[in-house]
Amino acid sequence: MTYPLREDAQVDVRARTGRALRDITLEALRSGDLTLDDLTIHPETLRTQAAVAEESGFTQLAANLRRAAELAHIPTEKVLAIYHALRPRRASYQELLALAEELEHEYQAIHNAKLIRQAAEAYRARGLA
Amino acid sequence: MRRSKRFRVLEQRPIHREAFVHPWPDVGLVVTDSPNDPKPSLHGKDGRVVEMDGVRLQEMDMIDRFIADHALDVEIAPEAMATPSSTIARMLVDINVPRHKVARLARGCTAAKLVDIVRHLNVLEMMVALSKMRLRRTPANQAHVTNRKENPALLAADAAEAALRGFAENETTVGVARYAPLNALAILVGSQVGRGGVLTQCAVEESVNLRLGIKGLTSYAETLSVYGTEGAFVDGDDTPWSKAFLASAYASRGVKVRFTSGTGSEALMGHAEGRSMLYLEARCLLVTRGAGSQGVQNGSISCVALPESLPGGVRAILAENLLAAMLNLEVASGNDALASHSDIRKTAKLMCQFIPGTDFVHSGYSSVPRYDNLFGGGCFDASEYDDYLVLQRDMQVDAGLRPVREEQVLAARDQAARAVQAVYAGLGFPDITEDEIAAATTANDSRDMPDRDVVADLAAADALLEDDRGLVDVIRALDQAGHAETAERLLELGRQRVAGDYLQPSAIFDDHFHVLSAINDRNDYAGPGTGYRLEGERWREVADIPLARDPASYLEGQGEHPAQRLQDLGPAAKGTTAEVIVAVGPAFGQALTETIGGLPHEAVLEQLVAGIAEEGTWARIIKVHHTADCAFIGHVGAQLSGSGIAIGLQSRGTTVIHRADLAPLTNLELFPQSPNLTLASYRQIGRNAARYAKGKPVRPVPVEVDNWARLRLIVKTMLLHRREIEQIEPDRSPTELHFGFEPEVAP
Repeated sequence: MTYPLREDAQVDVRARTGRALRDITLEALRSGDLTLDDLTIHPETLRTQAAVAEESGFTQLAANLRRAAELAHIPTEKVLAIYHALRPRRASYQELLALAEELEHEYQAIHNAKLIRQAAEAYRARGLA
Repeated sequence: MRRSKRFRVLEQRPIHREAFVHPWPDVGLVVTDSPNDPKPSLHGKDGRVVEMDGVRLQEMDMIDRFIADHALDVEIAPEAMATPSSTIARMLVDINVPRHKVARLARGCTAAKLVDIVRHLNVLEMMVALSKMRLRRTPANQAHVTNRKENPALLAADAAEAALRGFAENETTVGVARYAPLNALAILVGSQVGRGGVLTQCAVEESVNLRLGIKGLTSYAETLSVYGTEGAFVDGDDTPWSKAFLASAYASRGVKVRFTSGTGSEALMGHAEGRSMLYLEARCLLVTRGAGSQGVQNGSISCVALPESLPGGVRAILAENLLAAMLNLEVASGNDALASHSDIRKTAKLMCQFIPGTDFVHSGYSSVPRYDNLFGGGCFDASEYDDYLVLQRDMQVDAGLRPVREEQVLAARDQAARAVQAVYAGLGFPDITEDEIAAATTANDSRDMPDRDVVADLAAADALLEDDRGLVDVIRALDQAGHAETAERLLELGRQRVAGDYLQPSAIFDDHFHVLSAINDRNDYAGPGTGYRLEGERWREVADIPLARDPASYLEGQGEHPAQRLQDLGPAAKGTTAEVIVAVGPAFGQALTETIGGLPHEAVLEQLVAGIAEEGTWARIIKVHHTADCAFIGHVGAQLSGSGIAIGLQSRGTTVIHRADLAPLTNLELFPQSPNLTLASYRQIGRNAARYAKGKPVRPVPVEVDNWARLRLIVKTMLLHRREIEQIEPDRSPTELHFGFEPEVAP
C-alpha cells in the first residue's frame, strides 16, 4: 500500500505538467516557472487513487476516480457542457448517445461514455430525454 | 376561562415557539414507517436486478434504476437480503462483529432493507452503532465562516480563528453570488494562517463552484444535493447521472466531493410520494454511494425543523447518519441549520452525534455569530464556543474543537487579515485598509467592520473568476509580501492537490498536513478500550479550557497574615456568668484568615462581639480544636457558655446559634450560606445570640438565599474546609482566646 502518496518517497507523484512533487517549491514559484497546472492532479494519480479505493472496498468511489481520470484531459468548458447536457430534459436521447460517442472516440473516456449511455436509456424510459 | 399560572409560565418557554404536528403520511409528514413504504425485496436475473422493493424493472423510476445499476452489490445482495433485518441490527451493536462485516452486508441492501434494519434500533443502540460504523477513526468538525458585509478581512480573520479552534474544514458561501471567488479566497488564506491543512469550500452554484476548485481557491465541494424521489430530483434540475458526472468532474480537478441529502427535503418540495422521510433518505444515500461520492452531508440539514415537528424526528435524523456510515460514506452529520428555539432541545439532539462521534460532528458549526451566518442561522454559533468546550471536557468527548487563548486568537486574526490584505494588493484588488485590519482583528461580527466599496469589490470578483489567476498567484502575492509561512502552507495544499490523498473517504489533514482518512485512519472500534479514545496529550488539551483555574488560587491570601489581636490563653473553663460564647473553628485566624465571602476573620469577630454587647451582655471567645463541624463547634461552645448560648463559627464563615440543652445537630438558628453573610448579618447574629441568652423574644436573622452560590463556590468551600480539617487536633480541648477589641456600646 502506497497511501498516502504524498508521504511515500518511493512513489513518483507528478503534477498534470509532469513536475515532480519535490520540484513544487517557493523557489520555483519565485523564478516564475510554476503554473496552476503544476498544482493540479495528473490522471495517472487519479487512477492510482482509484486503485487504493478499490483495494479498500470503496468500489463506487474507485469508479468515480477512474471517470475523473478520463475527464482530467477534457477542457473545463466541455466538462461543464456535458454536465448541463445530463441535466433533465436538456438533451435528446440521440444527442446523449452522440455525446457518449464523442467522449469515447475523441477523449478515450470509455467509463464516462458508458455512464452517459446508461443515462440516455434511463432518461428515455422516464421521459427526461 | 380560568388559566393556570403555571401553564402561562410554560407557554413562555422557547419550546412553545416550535411547530409540532401529528403524522400525515399521505403528504410525506412521517419520519419512518409510512404505510406507503415498500417492503424489502430483490430479484435478479443474469446478474441484473429485475425487481427491487416491490418495483419491477420496467416500472422503475430513474432513482431505482441508478441504485440497481450502481449502488447494489449483486454478489452480496442475495445473502444480505436473506439475512433477517433484526440479525443485521444486532450485528450493528455487537462489539464482537467487526465493522467491515456489517458494511459488507450493507452493500447488498435495498433502501427498504436498510430502513428495516435500523427500525430495530433505539437511539442508544444507534449511537453505539454509529461509533462503530463511522469511517474515520478520529472524529472532526466543520465550521461555517460568513458575514453579511462579505468583508474579506473579517472572513479571513474568522477563518483563521476557526482553524485555530480546531475545525478541519471551513465552509463559506455568499449573500451576493458574485462575491464567490473573493469569499473563497479570503477563507482559503485565513484558514491556512490559523492552521495549515484546513480544507475549505465555497457553497455556490455548480459551474462557479467547479471553477473555484480548478483555480485552487477551494479544496472540496458539498453542494451536490440528491433527492429520494424522481420528482424532487428533477425539480432540483439534476439526475443521479448528472450528479455522478459532476462528482467525477470535481475529482478530475483534485477537488474532494461530498453529496448533500437529508430527511424532509422531498416532502418540503412536494414530492414525497407518501413515503417516509427515512425511506427516501435511504434512497438518497444509495444514489450517493452509486455516484461514487466519498461521503455525504446528511442529518436533515436545512430541513431539520420538518422531521423535528414529528414524533421520532430526532431519532430518524440519527438513523440517516447511521445509514450513511453503514454504506461506507463519510458523514458530515448536520447540526448546522437552526434546529430549535430551545437550548435544551438543540443540545439533546446534538448529543446523538456528539457522543458517538462522526467524521464531522457539525456540517457547519457557525464560527461566526448567528447574525452573520449566511447559511440560515447556525444551530450552534460563536457565542457558544465555551459551552461546547465544557461539553467536550465534561464527557471526555472529542468533537474536534480545541481551547484557545484570547491573545493567540487576536494574533492569528491580525495575521490573517494582513495576509488577505497582501493578496488583495498583489492581485490589484481594492485596498484593505489598516482600519479594516484593526476592526477585523477584534470584531465580533460585521457590524464592527467599516463598509467597503461593493462595486469595486464585485468588479475584482468578476475579473478573478474570468481570468487565469488562481492559487499560484495567491501564493506569489503572499510570498512577496513576506508571508512566507502562509505561502508555504498554501503551496503544501497545492502539493496535496497533486497527490490526491484527500480524495479518499473521510479525509482531513492533521496539524502536520498528514492526511487522515478511511484508508489510513480506519475506524477500528470494537468495544471498550478500542477505537478512538480521547486520552494523552489531546485529552490534556481538551481539558485545559481557559475557564479552568488552578484550584490552589482559591486559597491565595489565606493564612498569610494571621490575626494579630487573637491570643490563646490556654484551656477554656465552663463559664459561670451570663456570657455568650463565640466558638471558632481550628483554623480560625491562623491557617485561614478570611471567610469564603472574603471577610477578614477579625472583622467578623468584631461584629459578633459588638452585636452581643449591644444587647447588654458580653462575649467570650473560645477555639475548638478537635472538630471542624459547625454544629459541633457551636455545641461545644454552648456547653462551656455560662448562659448556655453560643455562636459556632467555622473559619469559612458558616455560623450556627446553639444552646447547651439541644442535641448537637439541632440549633436555634443556622446560617449555612456563608457566602451571602455580610458584616451586618454577623452583627445581627451577635445580637440574636445575646437576646437568646437574656431570654428575650427573637426574630431570626434574615439572610439572602442564593442557591447558585453553592455551584460557584463549591471548590473553594471544599478547599477551605479541607484546610480547617488539617488543623484538627483530636485530643486538644477548647482554649480561651483573648481578642484585643472593645466594642463601643452606647450606655
